[in-house]
Amino acid sequence: MSNQVPLHEGLFTWPAAKPQLLGSRCNQCAEATFPAQPDCRSCGSRRTTIVELGDRGILWTWTIQTFMPKQPYRSDETPETFRPYGVGYVEMPSGVRVEARLQANSPNQLQIGMPMQLDIIPFRTDKNGNQKMTFSFSAAQGV
Amino acid sequence: MDVAIIGIGLHRFGRSPNMSGMQQGASAVRAALADAGLSWADMQFAYGGSQDGGNADALVNELGLTGLQFTNIWNGCATGGSSLHAAYSAIKSGEYDVGVVVGFDKHPRGAFNPQPKEWGLDEWYGETGLMLTTQFFALKTQRYMHDHGITEDALIRVSEKAFTNGSLTPTAWRQQALSYEEIANSAMVSDPLRKYMFCSPAEGGAALIICNASKAHQYRSNPLFLKAAAVRTRHYGSFEVFAPSQAMDVADAPTVTASKAAFEQAGIGPENVNVMQLQDTDSGTEIMHMAENGFCEHGEQEKLLRDGATGINGRLPINTDGGCLANGEPVGASGLRQVYEVCVQLRGEGGARQVPNQPKVGYTHVYGAPGISGVNIITT
Ligand SMILES: [Zn+2]
Repeated sequence: MSNQVPLHEGLFTWPAAKPQLLGSRCNQCAEATFPAQPDCRSCGSRRTTIVELGDRGILWTWTIQTFMPKQPYRSDETPETFRPYGVGYVEMPSGVRVEARLQANSPNQLQIGMPMQLDIIPFRTDKNGNQKMTFSFSAAQGV
Repeated sequence: MDVAIIGIGLHRFGRSPNMSGMQQGASAVRAALADAGLSWADMQFAYGGSQDGGNADALVNELGLTGLQFTNIWNGCATGGSSLHAAYSAIKSGEYDVGVVVGFDKHPRGAFNPQPKEWGLDEWYGETGLMLTTQFFALKTQRYMHDHGITEDALIRVSEKAFTNGSLTPTAWRQQALSYEEIANSAMVSDPLRKYMFCSPAEGGAALIICNASKAHQYRSNPLFLKAAAVRTRHYGSFEVFAPSQAMDVADAPTVTASKAAFEQAGIGPENVNVMQLQDTDSGTEIMHMAENGFCEHGEQEKLLRDGATGINGRLPINTDGGCLANGEPVGASGLRQVYEVCVQLRGEGGARQVPNQPKVGYTHVYGAPGISGVNIITT
C-alpha cells in the first residue's frame, strides 16, 4: 500500500482516531480562524494559539463545481475522469466557518443547515507514489 | 476644487484579434481626447491599469513621450474605480488641472486562474479547487437567497435584462437578446448560477478626460461632474472571495461602506440617483449589490425584478449597456466602461437604450477580489 501524507502540514490532526481541523484562536479577542495564522485579522494582535476546531459542523452555504478548474487546481484527474465536487462553508462549533470540499456532488444531497462531519481523504498521488491527503466534509453519520 | 469629466472614450469590448491590449487602451484614450477636443500633449497626468495587457505607462510609446506623470494602478476588478479615485484626488488637491484615466485588458479565453501566493494563500487552497471566483459568487448567492427569500426567477431576470440591454447597445460584446427560457435552461455552472448568468473575461479599453471643474466650460458646453469617488476594502467579518474561513458575525461588505462614503461626499442619497451601473460579474452579485449600494432592502429585489423596475424604463435603471454580463470583463477597463456608460446616459446620447426623462444623477460601483469596492457619483 502506498504511503499517505498530508497535502499540507498543519491543517488537521492526522493520522488520528478522530482527526480534527486545526486553526488558531486569538489570545486577545478570542476570534478563531482557519488555517492557523500567527497574527489576528480581527484585532491585529500577534498572540494566537493553535487550537483544534473540531470535526463536526453545520453547512452554512454550498455550491457544486461542475467543470474541471484550470491550474492552480492540481489533481490526478483528466477532463475525461473529472468528477464534479461540492464546495461549502461549514460552521464549526468552535466559532468559525471553514471552506471545504464536500463529498456530495449533487444539489439534492445538500441543504443549508445540514450536519456535516470531517473526513481526511486521498486527493492525489505525488511523483513518489505517495497519496496526498486533504480534508473534506460529508453528511454527518449518527451522533 | 470640484472635478469634471470632459471627455469619454471606449474601445469596444469583446474580441479585437488584431490588436494588443495596449493598443485598445491607446484607442480609448484617443477617442476620449477627441471627445474633449484635446490632444495628448495637453494631458498633465495619467492613471491607468491592466491585468494582462501590460504596464499602463507603456502607453506613452503609442501616444507620445510627453514627460507627463503616469502612475500605474492595480486593484483587481476595482482597478478602474481606483484609477479614477486617484485622478479625482489629483484634481481635488489642486496639483493638476487636466489629465486622463485609462484602463484596458486582453485576457486569455476561459475563466481566470488566480494564483494562491499572489493573494497571501498557501498552494493547497488552489490545488484542491477552492480558489475560483465563480464558486465564491455561487456560495455567496446561495446563502443570500436562503436568507432573503430570493428565487431563481430573480437570477434569470437579471440576465434577461442584461442581454436585452446589450442588444440595444452598439458597443456591447453580446448583442443577442436571450429569452427567459434560454437562460433558465442553460447549463448549471456553479449552483445556483447557470451559464448565461456569468460574464466572461474579454478585451477592451476605456478612458476618461477629467479636469478642474472651474475650467470645464472652456472645453465643452455640457461637462459632467464627478461629485464623489470612494474606494474601501473589507472589514473583519465581511464574506469575501478567496477566504479559507469566515468569521461567525458577518460584517457589512466593502460595497456598503464605499457607497455610504460616496453618498456622504456627494450630499445626496440613493433616492436621488436616476441611472446606475452595479458590478454584475454574475446575476447573483447584481442582486446583492442592489441592496448593498442602498437602492433597495435585502429581499426586495425579487419583486423589483419581476416588475421590471431595473430595466431602462424602470424606476432603477441598472446596467443600461448590458453591464459585465453583455460586455464581458476586461478587468482593467471594466470599471471605466461603467463610468463611460453613465456619462453617455447623462448626456442623453444613449440612443435606443437611453433612460427617459433626462437623467441627472448617475452612479457606478465596482467590486473586486479580495474585498474592495469603488463607487462614483456623477451629475450633470
Ligand atoms: Zn484578535
